[in-house]
Amino acid sequence: MKAVREVLSGTKSLLVGMRLTLREFFKPTITVQYPHQTLPMPERFRGHIELRRDPETGKALCTACKLCERACPSDCILVDGVKLEGEKKKSVTDYHLNFTQCSLCGACIEACPSDAIQFTKRYNLASQTNDYRNMDLVQRFKDQPEKK
Amino acid sequence: MIAPKESTAGTPSNETFTLNLGPQHPATHGVLRVKLTMDGEYITRAEPVPGYIHRMHEKMGENRTWAQYLPNTSRVDYLSAMTYTHAYVGAVERALKLEVPLRAEFIRVITSELNRISSHLVGWGAFVMDLGGFTPILYAFDDREKILDLLEAVTGSRLTYCYYRFGGVVADVDTAFLEGCKAFVKHMRPRLDFYRALVTDNIILRKRLEGIGMVSAEMCRRYGACGPVLRGSDVAYDVRKNEPYSIYNQFDFDIPHYPQGDSMARYNVRMDEIEQSLRIIDQAVAKIPEGPIMGKVPRVLKLPVGDFCYATEAARGRLLVRVSSDGKDTPYRVRLRTPCFCNLSLFEEASKGMLLPDAIAFMGSLDLVIPDIDR
Ligand code: SF4
Ligand code: SF4
Repeated sequence: MKAVREVLSGTKSLLVGMRLTLREFFKPTITVQYPHQTLPMPERFRGHIELRRDPETGKALCTACKLCERACPSDCILVDGVKLEGEKKKSVTDYHLNFTQCSLCGACIEACPSDAIQFTKRYNLASQTNDYRNMDLVQRFKDQPEKK
Repeated sequence: MIAPKESTAGTPSNETFTLNLGPQHPATHGVLRVKLTMDGEYITRAEPVPGYIHRMHEKMGENRTWAQYLPNTSRVDYLSAMTYTHAYVGAVERALKLEVPLRAEFIRVITSELNRISSHLVGWGAFVMDLGGFTPILYAFDDREKILDLLEAVTGSRLTYCYYRFGGVVADVDTAFLEGCKAFVKHMRPRLDFYRALVTDNIILRKRLEGIGMVSAEMCRRYGACGPVLRGSDVAYDVRKNEPYSIYNQFDFDIPHYPQGDSMARYNVRMDEIEQSLRIIDQAVAKIPEGPIMGKVPRVLKLPVGDFCYATEAARGRLLVRVSSDGKDTPYRVRLRTPCFCNLSLFEEASKGMLLPDAIAFMGSLDLVIPDIDR
């Protein structure tokens, strides 16, 4: 008697499971065919940092004050700058980021008094070389076309 | 059916052998090693050997400023990062007597509860996968994805949020997020019924969990076990109710608890907690006030000399952060009392005489996160 009941309840469980699974089967697929398709990154997505441009002068906003360097918990940032003739503030000459240690916490961005850095939306960053150990953000900044 | 009660484990023959479960075993969810002394299929001794993913999070606190420790907090239990950051900022806020604006507290509650649901969904999916049912984890991840999308839009990150700051939260939420929360609550309730029909009522699951992995309230007390493990042993202890922090006392929710003390009870506690978290989110989204999201915070943080504690209910139990300050701008000591460490401690005693597959199920019901044990 007990065995019969167990078989019955087992079959019922199975049928219920099958029914629910089958119902899911006919739902529309939501798979995104990465890498042929990608989803848009949200506004606040935290990729590695980059230098921001002053929309008026086209130069980097960074004044090499080194506050971000000090705020970073993982010591990933190295900044240097020079004082150019006729300018009130320093301009950045070197901005190196060791992205392999960056935890994308945003402390640097929050620390910056001139709003000179921002997160990128890059995420396809797998690499077989040491590229990200020493990213030259000033060079990257120069290579980027000015946005109008 | 073989009843574990009739095991020969009490009188081990001299033919025991040692079996390593982990550190690379899928059922140990990461890198936990359990040294099993087996008598046939029965466990005579299960000795957990943690330490394979030790990253010195407590020590790291001593060589960085108070604010620089924030990213660490989301990397201890990476599945419920919000509650960990909450405990740490709470301890510092308590020391500095900082006021947190009401809107920020609401945001904290909403994001913490979302995080709890996503954590339970992973726990649920992985647990069922340990038992051999692969499909449910895909459903769980589908629903969890909705939470991650919501949180990503607000925090910029999908797992290690680092979203709370001393005195508030770093970025405000928008109406899209609040609408998204409402839509999620609406979506999730029928999904819970679906989960119940598909998995909870399934006879195979019940046979594998009911009456297995008995943990008594007394054992929980001896080992300091907490969270769903404790509540599965009929102790309705939840930090959110018993020592309310933040604004949890403004919400109406229950503490699910089950008297059986077996794996099924712990499973049921988690499923019911998802329901309760949805209730909290529902109320919080309806009541969230307008206002600032950051209180007044001094530019350079220097804590007064002393010890400061703050406990939160993380997804896996009571998390206590204790910070000691000697008046400098770095902590003197950061201590994390994490739930999984205590929950793992009782494994050795409770798994004595169990069949190996039952022990795997039992371990799954403890819902361990290994970085939380090692930290
Ligand atoms: S995001 Fe954090 S870890 Fe990364 S560079 Fe900025 S401060 Fe350093
Ligand atoms: S804090 Fe801002 S301005 Fe100062 S060095 Fe860093 S990026 Fe430049």
